[in-house]
Amino acid sequence: MKLNQSTRLAIWSIVELASRPGEQVPVNEIAQIYGISQHHLAKVLRTPSRAGIVGSTRGPGGGCEFTGNANRLTLYDIVQLFEGDREEEETPEVPSTPVAAEVARVLMEIDRITTATLKSVTLQTIIRNAERKEERRKEASRKTAPAGETDMADGVEPASEKA
Amino acid sequence: MQAGVQASHNQITIDDVCLADIPQIIEIDSEITKIAKPELWYSYYAPAGRSQPRWFLVAHEDARVVGYILGEVRAWEFGSPPCGWIFAIGVSPDQRIGGIGTRLLDAMIERFRPTGVKTIRTMLHIDENVLMSFFRSQGLAAGPFIQLEASIDL
Repeated sequence: MKLNQSTRLAIWSIVELASRPGEQVPVNEIAQIYGISQHHLAKVLRTPSRAGIVGSTRGPGGGCEFTGNANRLTLYDIVQLFEGDREEEETPEVPSTPVAAEVARVLMEIDRITTATLKSVTLQTIIRNAERKEERRKEASRKTAPAGETDMADGVEPASEKA
Repeated sequence: MQAGVQASHNQITIDDVCLADIPQIIEIDSEITKIAKPELWYSYYAPAGRSQPRWFLVAHEDARVVGYILGEVRAWEFGSPPCGWIFAIGVSPDQRIGGIGTRLLDAMIERFRPTGVKTIRTMLHIDENVLMSFFRSQGLAAGPFIQLEASIDL
């Protein structure tokens, strides 16, 4: 799906913040994770900040914090902040031929699926699904790794070494 | 962006459906869909003539039914290898956001698992935002099949 660059950056950073509840995350840290300009990201984050879903604190130890409800906020809500309400977009005038009407119907079909998808995905769903995939990946590496190497693969000391 | 209200629950148990549960299931479904379908629900209860494994589970809070789920393993329809279909799931509107739907789905997956299926699947109306959000929160996403339809007078 084609989204404005600002919308895409906002989705990345808001989900990142929502995955770290209660944490003040420096903008430069998010910019580094996603390989984007800190200056541009700071500008992008002004919009969700005005909407009350991102808060920021200046000074040492300061940063940005997610202040919305991750269980309720959907991708649609973020897209809407940057690109307006897709459902209220005016349908462009099309020539009144059967072919033009059929093209318009197909484009509306695509829009309807896109909107339904964006509205059904909450930030918490993205975070939870990412965690699930990570757990599965670790589980799979535990099953395939030779005995004794499994815990190290997850960055955890083997129990025998701890003792 | 609505505020969710956490329902408080007494002990919830997930059980196989019994005949006495059906009227309460009809009531919950009718509250959600605004259409009462007693014949449908009694037909789901009747196991006669079924060749595919099917499960009909209910969530009970004491003797009260607060949710239900209906699932079946179906094979090779539309060219799909065996998969676990969720045909219906519903939670009483006053009992939502308390994990009952998750427990029902988990219980159904545990019924599916011994059959060897690796995929669960469901179909829902595109405007069913709440239900679609629920399934997505459980890890379901658009799959390789797409539903198409047309008026019969095409």
